[in-house]
Amino acid sequence: MKKITVSKAISEGLHEEMLRDENVIILGEDVGEMGNVFAITQGFQEEFGAHRVIDTPISEAGFLGMSVGAAMRGIRPVVELMYVDFIGVSMDPIMNQAAKMRYMTGGQVSVPMVLRAPQGSGRRNAGQHSQNLETFFTHIPGLKVVCPSTAKDAKGLIKAAIRDDDPVVFLEHRLLYAKKEEIPEGEYIIPLGKADIKREGKDITIITWSRQVYFALEAAAELAKEGIDAEVLDLRSLVPLDWEAIRESVCKTHNVVIVHEGVKRSGFGGELSAQITEELFDELDSPVERVAALNVVPPFAPTLEDAFFPHPEDIVKAVKKVLNK
Amino acid sequence: MENKKYSKEMLFDFYQTMIRIRYFELKLTEYFTKGMLYGNIHTSIGQEAVAAGANKALEKTDFITATHRGHGQIIAKGADTKIMMAELFGKSTGYCKGKGGSMHVADVSLGILGANGIVGAGIPIAVGSALASKIKGTNEVSMAIFGDAASNQGVFHEAVNMSAAWKLPVVFLCENNSYGVSVNIHTVTNTDTIAERAKAYNIPGVTVDGNDPIAVYEEVKKAVEYARKGNGPSIVECMTWRVRGHYEGDRALYRSKEVEEGWSKKDPIDNFRNHLLKEGIEEHEIVSIEEITKKEIDDAIQFALDSPLPDYSEVTTDVYSDDNGRCVAR
Repeated sequence: MKKITVSKAISEGLHEEMLRDENVIILGEDVGEMGNVFAITQGFQEEFGAHRVIDTPISEAGFLGMSVGAAMRGIRPVVELMYVDFIGVSMDPIMNQAAKMRYMTGGQVSVPMVLRAPQGSGRRNAGQHSQNLETFFTHIPGLKVVCPSTAKDAKGLIKAAIRDDDPVVFLEHRLLYAKKEEIPEGEYIIPLGKADIKREGKDITIITWSRQVYFALEAAAELAKEGIDAEVLDLRSLVPLDWEAIRESVCKTHNVVIVHEGVKRSGFGGELSAQITEELFDELDSPVERVAALNVVPPFAPTLEDAFFPHPEDIVKAVKKVLNK
Repeated sequence: MENKKYSKEMLFDFYQTMIRIRYFELKLTEYFTKGMLYGNIHTSIGQEAVAAGANKALEKTDFITATHRGHGQIIAKGADTKIMMAELFGKSTGYCKGKGGSMHVADVSLGILGANGIVGAGIPIAVGSALASKIKGTNEVSMAIFGDAASNQGVFHEAVNMSAAWKLPVVFLCENNSYGVSVNIHTVTNTDTIAERAKAYNIPGVTVDGNDPIAVYEEVKKAVEYARKGNGPSIVECMTWRVRGHYEGDRALYRSKEVEEGWSKKDPIDNFRNHLLKEGIEEHEIVSIEEITKKEIDDAIQFALDSPLPDYSEVTTDVYSDDNGRCVAR
């Protein structure tokens, strides 16, 4: 084992894949000479050349569209949006091109691209730089959606995403980049669609992903003091979804809280809640509860932003409500 | 059209490609009227010379991205009219197994990276294909085909700019038929031509008679060679006319009778037929090629009609390459 940051773990994953397969390229804003604003691709351009690590102009729709075309020709682009919020000017290549190309052509082509996009609240970046937009992507058939939390997961999953033949949206939480954690030495892959139990428990299942995994763990530690044993299930990828893991956990604990940082309305928690209620109703001892951001614009001031998205105490409260304690 | 420099075979090739497209499109209008075609049909009747001329300038190994009005370009790139017709009828024997239809015909093995239902979306895809060639060190050229209206999409600027900055092997082929559905290009654009925008990107740009396949061929050939040598992109704008409405059922009342009549005298097929006769080609030879081609399209229709619709079970296949079942289920 070794201890590295989440951003370094992603960097290692990218680096190993660049070395392994010359068809893997990286493109986006400031990924080349500067090596990405979080230093994730630092030194890559020097090592692999400007033809494989490409600094693009600020033309998100253009370079995402190019990535689709290159991917249809067998290149495996890892394209970066500096903030997921920028998908607002560049959604067509993802939702109408990358996602649909395989189906519309009757299976003739694949679009093996990865869209890396940092997201997340908590950095006081206000309305246009703080959103969690995973449901934009889960709503579009043809896309896979990955939201890693730990350094170990981030590295294993980025490698799986690059090797996957479908377009994968890889959403990194900006506030996890600096987290230093233990990861295995050497190469390893974590397959997409495999959830991970980050804490075992028997009283309630907290289903979550990305940074909220850590908040759920904090909440679970707090709840343990009061004799409540919470299981924390990190989905890691939303599409494909590890339903088996959800089913097993729910059948064990019979109580569910779903936690995510994106806004509650039409959030992925609603989808999960519906699936659990439809298929596991008889297993439930109580209604499924959701903890998510308020249905407002991400605010700037710290007081407002902290009130906007879930924190551990919100999860504790929700768990107690569900368990009637 | 002054040229003894082209062989009879080549002239016939231009002519046959154009009539193949024309007959194909006319059959579509016929079957659409009969209520036997689903969805919308955008025909390229009147624009056949652009497709025939431009694709003749490409190698088989080169790539194109086409538009919602893409039947002609796709046929000219070498698509099999039977398989294509079957796709337009939504049949399982079609290019996309009936999953794409008119606006999404593709045959990657022929370098056809797909028509596209989103105006302008094929432009950056062609540039991405050109980037792929550059990265792989292969020498294919990619041609982005788009209409005058698509040149006002933001991605046109983004894609042309990037391909110019990086000298990618791409040709921007603008089929200028003056209309984006009902809106005349000059009411929404302050330049006389689309090609003159090339100056802004420091690349070549030229406007040609899009109803003359030889003129189109010659300009596109120059652009293709320029791109293949590593000099970067060019814009070739072909002035042409969409004879039918935007889609079948659109009577195009927004266009004046006078202008329409003016263009009817410039029909690319009538004109080229006269040109063949002037070149000394016998009428019976032309008739013979017309009959062969008519038969080909009749056969394509028959093939499409005889083919089965896809089985219901096909609705969930081909969404994902890996883990399709699980990804579709939830």
